[in-house]
Amino acid sequence: MALKTVASRTAAPAHAPAHRRTWPTHLALTLAVLIISAPLIFALIKATQESSAVLSPSLIPGGAFFHNLGSVWSGAHLGRYMMNSLIVALSVTVGKTILALLAALAFVYFRFPLKGLAFGLVLLSLMLPTEVLIIALFDLVSRDLKWANTYAAIIVPFLASATGTFLFRQHFMNIPTSLADAARIDGCGPLTFLTRILVPMSWNTVGALAVIQFVYGWDQYIWPLVIMQQDDKQVVQVGLRKLIEVGGQTDWGAVMAGAIITAVPPLLVFTALQEQFSRGFALTEDK
Amino acid sequence: MLKPAAARAAPSEERAVFRGRWLPWVFLLPTLLILAVFIYLPALRTLRLAAFRANVILGTEKFVGLGNFADLLSSPAYQQVALQTLVFTVLTVSGGLLCSLGLAWLASRPIRGAKTYRLLLIYPYALSPAIAGTLWLFLFNPEIGVVNQVLRASFHVAPRWLDTPILAFGLVTLASIWKGLAYNIVFYLASIQNLPGDVMEAAQIDGATPRQVFWRVAFPLLSPITFFLVFTNIIAALFDSFALTDILTRGGPYVGHAGITTFLVYQLYQDGFVNFKTGAAAAQAALMLALVAFITVMQFRVGERRVHYGA
Repeated sequence: MALKTVASRTAAPAHAPAHRRTWPTHLALTLAVLIISAPLIFALIKATQESSAVLSPSLIPGGAFFHNLGSVWSGAHLGRYMMNSLIVALSVTVGKTILALLAALAFVYFRFPLKGLAFGLVLLSLMLPTEVLIIALFDLVSRDLKWANTYAAIIVPFLASATGTFLFRQHFMNIPTSLADAARIDGCGPLTFLTRILVPMSWNTVGALAVIQFVYGWDQYIWPLVIMQQDDKQVVQVGLRKLIEVGGQTDWGAVMAGAIITAVPPLLVFTALQEQFSRGFALTEDK
Repeated sequence: MLKPAAARAAPSEERAVFRGRWLPWVFLLPTLLILAVFIYLPALRTLRLAAFRANVILGTEKFVGLGNFADLLSSPAYQQVALQTLVFTVLTVSGGLLCSLGLAWLASRPIRGAKTYRLLLIYPYALSPAIAGTLWLFLFNPEIGVVNQVLRASFHVAPRWLDTPILAFGLVTLASIWKGLAYNIVFYLASIQNLPGDVMEAAQIDGATPRQVFWRVAFPLLSPITFFLVFTNIIAALFDSFALTDILTRGGPYVGHAGITTFLVYQLYQDGFVNFKTGAAAAQAALMLALVAFITVMQFRVGERRVHYGA
C-alpha cells in the first residue's frame, strides 16, 4: 500500500463532493446498524422479561434481568464459566503479547544464522489451524502430557502468536534504526531497549493485538469442548451450549441474559481499546 | 482468525543493531518451543494417524496406508459434506464482502456522526460465534422465535427454520455473514480512509459520477485488501463456522447422505470425538491441511500477480 501523508488525507474529503445531500446516507446507515444490531437488541429485551413474557411477542422490557441473570449465574454455573474464560483469555493475551514482542525483537534487531528458517517456521504455522490438529493435539495433551481438565491445556498451546510476531516486526521495522543505535551506545541492552523504548512506541499495535487476542481467547470453543470434561473448568462459550441443552424446557430469558453477560468482557476490552484497534493495524505506514 | 496483510510485504532490510550469538535464540525460544510442541508435532502425528485405522477408546491401531483417504474420497457422505462446505464458503465470502464493502463505503463518507456509525458497525466483532448461534437459535425458533411471530401475524406462515434443509442452510449462511461483517468492515474502513484523496478528487473534477468513482477508481485501489479479506474469510468460513453450526443446527437437518449444515470441520469433529473413528478423522484433517496450504499458496501467488498495490 502506498505511503500517504496525513496532510493529503485530511485536506481532501475521502469521496463524494460536500454539496450532495446526506440524508440517504444517514437513512441507509441507520437501517444497516439496526439490522446488524437487531439480534442483540432483541436478546437484551428478552433478557429483562418475566418468563411469561419471554415466550410472547411482547417487546416491552421487563424488570426481571437480575432474576434471569441470577438463575444462570449460580444455577447454571455461568459465574464459574465466566471466571474460567477470564483466566484463559487474560493469560492468552498477556502471554501472546510478551512472546510476540520477544520474537519480533530477535527478528528485527539481531543478525544470526538460520534466521530465515526460524522466520519460516513462524510463518508456516499460520497454515496449520488448531481446529484441524485437534485429533493429534487431543492425543498429545491428554495422553502424553496428562493435561486434560487443566487450565494449561487451554492456555499453553495458544501462547505463540504468528500474527503478533508479524505485526510487531512490521511495526519495529518502521522505527528508525538510529534510535536503536543511540540506545545501544547509551549502554542499553536489548531487553531494556524493548521495555523502555519499543513498547512505549508500540501502544497502538499492542492495543490492537490485545483486542484480537482477548477475543480469540474468549471465543475458544471446539478445543475446550473436547479437552475439558470436568464442568468446573469449562469455558463460557461451551457453557452457553449447555444452557440450551438442558432438557426440553429451555429458560430463554435466562439464556438471553447469559448470552448478554458472555458478550460483556470482550465488548469492554473492545470499547477501551477501540482507537488502537482501528488505528493499530499495520495496514498502512502512517501510524 | 486474523492474519496481518503486512506479513506479505516483508522488507528484507537487515538491521543487526545488537550482538549476541545466543541471545536472539533465547528470545525466540518460547515461541518456537510452543510452535514445535503444539503445532508441528500434532501436524506430523496427524499425518501418521491418517495412515492407521485407529480407535482411541479401544486403543486399537491397524496400518491401512492410504486406505482412509480412499474411503473418504469415495464416500458419498464426505463428498456431500465437501460440496456443502464449498457452497457455504462461496456464499458467505461473496455475500459478506459485498455487504461490508458497501457499508464501509457509506460509513466513510464525510457526514455528521460518521464516527458513531463506524463504531456501531464494528462492535459486533466482540460477539463470539457461540453467542451468534445462541441469538439466532432463539430468533428463528419455529414456535417462540420473534421472526415466526411476526411472520405468523402478518402472513400466517411459520416456517420450520431449523428442520427444513434449504432454510437451515440459508440461516447458517446468513448468520455466518452477519458474524463476519464487523471484521471485514474494520479492514475496509482502514483502507478506504487511506485511499489517495487527490486521485479521487481528480476523477470527480474530470466529471466522473459517484458510481464511476467507486467502481473505476476506488474498487481497483481496494483490490489488495479485498484479496486479503477473501482469503481470511475463506479460512473463517472453514473453521469459525464450527461453534455457530454446533449451537444453531448441530450439523442437521439430515438430507441425502449427511446433515445439510455439516461442514468439513464439523464432520472432522463428529468422526473424531463422537464416532471415535480416529484414523478417518486424521485423514480428514490431513486433507484440510492440504486445502489450507493450497489456499495460502494461492493467496501469495494471486496476490503477488493480479493485485494493484498502490502507486
